Amino acid sequence: MTTVESLLVDRGAYVVYALLVGIGLFVLVDDDNLVKKIVGLNLFQTGVFLFFIAAAYRVDGRAPLLAGEGPYTNPLPHVLILTAIVVGVSVTAVALALVVRLYDEYGTLSESEIVEARS
Amino acid sequence: MSHLLPLVVALPVLGAAIPFVFGRRFPTSSRRVTALVLLGQVGLAGAIVATVATAGAQAYVVGGLPATVGIGLLADELSSLFVLFIAVAAATLYVTVRTDASGPTDALWLLFVAGVTGIAVTADVFNLYVFLEIAGLAAYALVATRRGPRAALAALHYLLVGTVGATFYLLGVGYLYVATGTLRMADLGPELANVGYGSPLVLTAFALIALGLSVKIALFPLHAWKPDAYAAAETDVAALLATLGSTVPGYALVRLTFDVFTVDFLDAVAIVQGALVTAGLVSVVVGGYLTIRQSNVRRLLSYSSVLQFGLVVVGIGLATPAAVTAALILVLANGVAKGGLFVAAGLYEREFGAYTVSEYAGLARERPVLAGAVTVGFTSLVGLPPTVGFAGKWYLAVAAMEVGDWVVAAVVLLSTLLSLAYAARIVERLYLSSAPSDGPVAADGGMDTHRSRRAVAVTVLAAVATIALGLGSTALAEWFAPVVEGWV
Repeated sequence: MTTVESLLVDRGAYVVYALLVGIGLFVLVDDDNLVKKIVGLNLFQTGVFLFFIAAAYRVDGRAPLLAGEGPYTNPLPHVLILTAIVVGVSVTAVALALVVRLYDEYGTLSESEIVEARS
Repeated sequence: MSHLLPLVVALPVLGAAIPFVFGRRFPTSSRRVTALVLLGQVGLAGAIVATVATAGAQAYVVGGLPATVGIGLLADELSSLFVLFIAVAAATLYVTVRTDASGPTDALWLLFVAGVTGIAVTADVFNLYVFLEIAGLAAYALVATRRGPRAALAALHYLLVGTVGATFYLLGVGYLYVATGTLRMADLGPELANVGYGSPLVLTAFALIALGLSVKIALFPLHAWKPDAYAAAETDVAALLATLGSTVPGYALVRLTFDVFTVDFLDAVAIVQGALVTAGLVSVVVGGYLTIRQSNVRRLLSYSSVLQFGLVVVGIGLATPAAVTAALILVLANGVAKGGLFVAAGLYEREFGAYTVSEYAGLARERPVLAGAVTVGFTSLVGLPPTVGFAGKWYLAVAAMEVGDWVVAAVVLLSTLLSLAYAARIVERLYLSSAPSDGPVAADGGMDTHRSRRAVAVTVLAAVATIALGLGSTALAEWFAPVVEGWV
């Protein structure tokens, strides 16, 4: 296998992680639409979540049940990310609430139009 | 005693439920309860400092789990003092200048206190992320509580940038966990040494964590959210955030650099140390230049923080006992001075409709005591004796000369000149310019003298604290010494 192929086969999740983080940050910085900025933020965060989950994987790992047999996948990153997802949801909710307020005021979701209307 | 540690985080969290539930129907009682919770917080923090002073550092594991798997809390000389500073600042600002009369938003004030207190006492790197986000979310919402679209846009920007910063921090924690398999600060130090400081995982972890916290402390070029948010927020919120919002992440950066990565990591990887010092120096110079260019006073004060935190990061990068002490003192000095100055800026806005430096002309004649306190605050930012700002810069300059880094020594001096340039401009306006011919105007339909007097009192208190900490800076450095000497 070539390097690219083996990277995709063995480390596919990490490739997706890098893509999600990159695309998310790009959308967040580049897009003028405030809702899309929030979508970018969510993509970025999801990429980071994927990194944790992928790191918990092990070959032939099973669910970490006391009754079951090992080897187990590592449950700790899953638990951490459960917390991080909750945080992410709260952040998204606050962000969308602010966008609603801005839309009520200016009738647009475009950041540049809002900045223009203010000056 | 050690149960005080979880309590100091739990009290404001539980207290936040009261204004949230009853704030709308019983605003007066809810405000009283909030004030009581904040005063109780001061009591708890005082008790923790007293215990640390007599019995040394206190560790606690939530739920009585074994320390290796449980979530740890730690009160040593350093974290206990920050907990006390947070409690005193939040309580003082609440009882003196809190203006929002709609009770439910007081819950955000308490949640913010819980978040920053948690950052100060936690001994677990993932837990620190959670507290960073609790404090962050409360801060975004507090900024947004001001009516009008300007605050909403500033809060949204603050939220987007702040969340990216916190998520970078989380990613750094992920790399640390992959490298070592632990999240406990006390275990991470030795484990990272086992992994090897040259490991790409460790280097990436440090880069991501430093980047994430640099967003929170608003280091150049990651500072743009701060002037917008602090200028758009209600004045009391701006004062709270200016006092604690970046101060506590600044503490966290010091704690993580020396407790988790340790000075051996900085010694082993010269490029990290160089990058820290360089980032700090750039922030000092550019921050100073941007500060001088501001006309709006609140924006000016926010940019001045970019300069101040640049000095803090330089102190972290130099990594000698004097430099780390300098970083810690400068973090506190900036917090105290900015708190007082933002309260004063709020008062000038409300009473005289003065938002810009030129509108401050001749206002010392109207309110001489306030102008005096403002002058002391700026003196500390410039770094002149006998203020605490001077003490911080002194330690930093001494540290720079000890290691023979003349560039740093020169930039510390330059930072004083840059700060003098903007501070002198405001103080000169206040005292020497003649007032505009039509006299001061009351912007808010007449003065609320009771509130104004309290605002003046808190500005004077900040000025007194600035001088007291300056005169007592040796004691402060000695108080930090057990922790700092354990690190470097």
